Amino acid sequence: MQRKPLFRPILLALILCGLAPGARAAGEGVDLMQRSWPENGPLGTFDRAAVQRGFQVYKEVCHTCHSLNYLAFRNLAALGFSDQELQAIAAGYKVPALDDEGQPIEREAKPFDHMPAPYANPAQARAANGGGLPPDLSLIVKAREDGLDYVYSLLHGFGDPPAGHQVPEGLHYNRYFPGGNIAMPQPLTDGQVTYADGTNASLDQMAADVTQFLHFVAEPKLEERKLTGLKAGIFLVVFAGVMLAYKRKTWRDLH
Amino acid sequence: MSVETSEPVFKNGVLRWVDARLPVLSWGYNEFMAYPAPRNLNYWWNFGSLAGFCLIVQIMTGLVLSMHYNPSAAGAFQSVEHIMRDVNYGWLLRYVHANGASMFFIVVYIHIFRGLYYGSYKAPRELLWMLGVVILLLMMATAFMGYVLPWGQMSFWGATVITNLFSAIPLVGEPIVTWLWGGFSVDDPTLNRFFSLHFVLPFVIVAVVFLHILALHQFGSNNPVGIDLTKTDKIPFHPYYTVKDLFGLSIFLIFFGFFVFYAPDFLGHADNYVPANPLQTPPHIVPEWYFLPFYAILRSTVFEKLFAPLALLGYVGIDAKLAGVLLMFSAIAVLFVLPWLDGSKVRSARFRPIYKWVYWLLLIDVVILTWVGGQVPTDRVVWIGQFAALYYFVHFLVIIPLLGKFERPRPLPESIGKPVLGRARLQPAE
Ligand code: HEC
Ligand code: HEM
Repeated sequence: MQRKPLFRPILLALILCGLAPGARAAGEGVDLMQRSWPENGPLGTFDRAAVQRGFQVYKEVCHTCHSLNYLAFRNLAALGFSDQELQAIAAGYKVPALDDEGQPIEREAKPFDHMPAPYANPAQARAANGGGLPPDLSLIVKAREDGLDYVYSLLHGFGDPPAGHQVPEGLHYNRYFPGGNIAMPQPLTDGQVTYADGTNASLDQMAADVTQFLHFVAEPKLEERKLTGLKAGIFLVVFAGVMLAYKRKTWRDLH
Repeated sequence: MSVETSEPVFKNGVLRWVDARLPVLSWGYNEFMAYPAPRNLNYWWNFGSLAGFCLIVQIMTGLVLSMHYNPSAAGAFQSVEHIMRDVNYGWLLRYVHANGASMFFIVVYIHIFRGLYYGSYKAPRELLWMLGVVILLLMMATAFMGYVLPWGQMSFWGATVITNLFSAIPLVGEPIVTWLWGGFSVDDPTLNRFFSLHFVLPFVIVAVVFLHILALHQFGSNNPVGIDLTKTDKIPFHPYYTVKDLFGLSIFLIFFGFFVFYAPDFLGHADNYVPANPLQTPPHIVPEWYFLPFYAILRSTVFEKLFAPLALLGYVGIDAKLAGVLLMFSAIAVLFVLPWLDGSKVRSARFRPIYKWVYWLLLIDVVILTWVGGQVPTDRVVWIGQFAALYYFVHFLVIIPLLGKFERPRPLPESIGKPVLGRARLQPAE
């Protein structure tokens, strides 16, 4: 009685096919704009210059409405900012504190502080945005399917609605936003910021840069993770080889 | 080559002294080193020890996670992000734990399907099999409550949907749900108790695993040929299967590592990186992949289309929701009674010409159910889901009992060394 040689591969293939599509819910239907991101891929790393530019876009544009609660200024050290630069960046913000008599005051932020939010609370944020709540962006790239392409596309997606599409008062048409009507006005237009490194600030450039920056904030350990994976992978392959050889040797006397 | 089980003699005097008074060392030696195992086990037999490995990994990573985790509605999400960002190797711990749950289910599902193929549930291993089903149920409860802990949108809404199922119970349903929640919605008290239970249930699993192994070692492992073996066809677990299991483990770790390091969120849901918000229902509430077949059965149970006749249940007070819950639990209950549904005396599918095919149909059916569970339930999906759900039960309740009566198995060999037909597999299957 011979075992079917296909038995194993078929079983595995079936199980894996079952998992992959099953694990994700059906998407919204609009094809996102694609881009190849340097931090993707097994050994991808963040493009430091792009992420720094993205930080500038966030600071100057998005920060008017969106918080970034999980970002502490010290985290930016990973982008290559020196201690002095971090001090200076932090000092550009005020954070609440108490004075010696316990009175609430504001002090200059330090590198260990987190990025202060633009609004004191969600109600204030809604009131200032025609009822829409600008979400915290710390995890936005992970919190959407295909987050990188989605955020990048969303920033491109404003424009005139197709004929017959009604945009309610106070909302804006965006073809990548589910339903098409978003409470965010188009945040980026060509030349919106003046890049410190002289890069031409086209809409596409800024959208890509800020998306990479938001990815960095969502996954600060991405590079460490991939590098650790490489080391673990090399170790495991060697280990598996040794174990296979050892297994063969052990079993030989049975054959 | 055969095994002589004799009491081990420890060279070390201290060990000898201890073992004479507390024979736990010789117990461990007998159960995990000298244990006489069939010499023809193939790689599908690796998944038992892999499951044990997964359990240990979950307990160890979970223990460290719980030192940094804050089980409160206000702090849970933030504490998980704190683990991901500020705890040394916290990202690794969490990704191993979160993906570890998926790996655990992959391993256990393969382990179960191995048992189905080779008839490992048949006499005298019925209790061994049933203890396995208990472990599966406990794992499901544990994983479900664990998924609630990070308190993202999917955590919250998954918990809401699943706990709400209990409201289908007539009369006492609503009070039971309130009691489970510890309030009038999923909230702080729910999260707190889920954390306690999530912490303790794995240790209950450990206890049941011991019973599982005790039952296993009573009659020894089944084997690919499915016949009872004589001593001469057994080899000591150590070194033969320890080294084979280690090799299997290293391959498994490569697979596991791929997800942890290169696709850590692939098996999760983007929505769970949005903090829980009781005021905003996500567009699709989908459970983790390992629950999808059961979720598909639950959701396909509407009194329409193929299942329209079930509307008759309405006359005995069973509405569609209750019927769905009952069917979902029955999907596991049939596994419990499987040893008595299958009357065939032949264990291994290798000697059962029809069962061998039926087995694959069941596997395909479960894959379809998994797919259905992840889809938006459009008309087409509901039809497919109903057929697949129906087939699942037909397999266990109709086909299997009938095969036991009518299938004519091939002649069994007397031992793994003496096949009835040519082309023998004299050797261990590797
Ligand atoms: C004038 C205020 C304002 C500015 C400036 C702004 N946004 Fe928004 N943003 C909003 C509001 C309001 C929403 C909520 C939209 C909704 O839910 O309809 C939003 C939503 C979003 C979303 C989430 C969309 C989703 O899928 O839910 C992303 C991503 C986003 N903004 C990115 C950005 C980026 C990047 C910038 C800077 C380039 C930016 N925003 C600048 C107000 C703003
Ligand atoms: C049967 C074994 C176990 C399974 C299947 C399991 C499963 C899970 C799952 C699916 C999650 C959600 C992961 C996420 O998406 O973030 C989780 C979280 C968690 N588990 Fe477990 N777990 C097990 C054992 C344990 C044990 C023994 C402990 C504690 C001693 C523990 C502590 C935690 C903690 C603190 C969290 C929240 C942190 C987080 O979400 O990453 N787990 N578990």
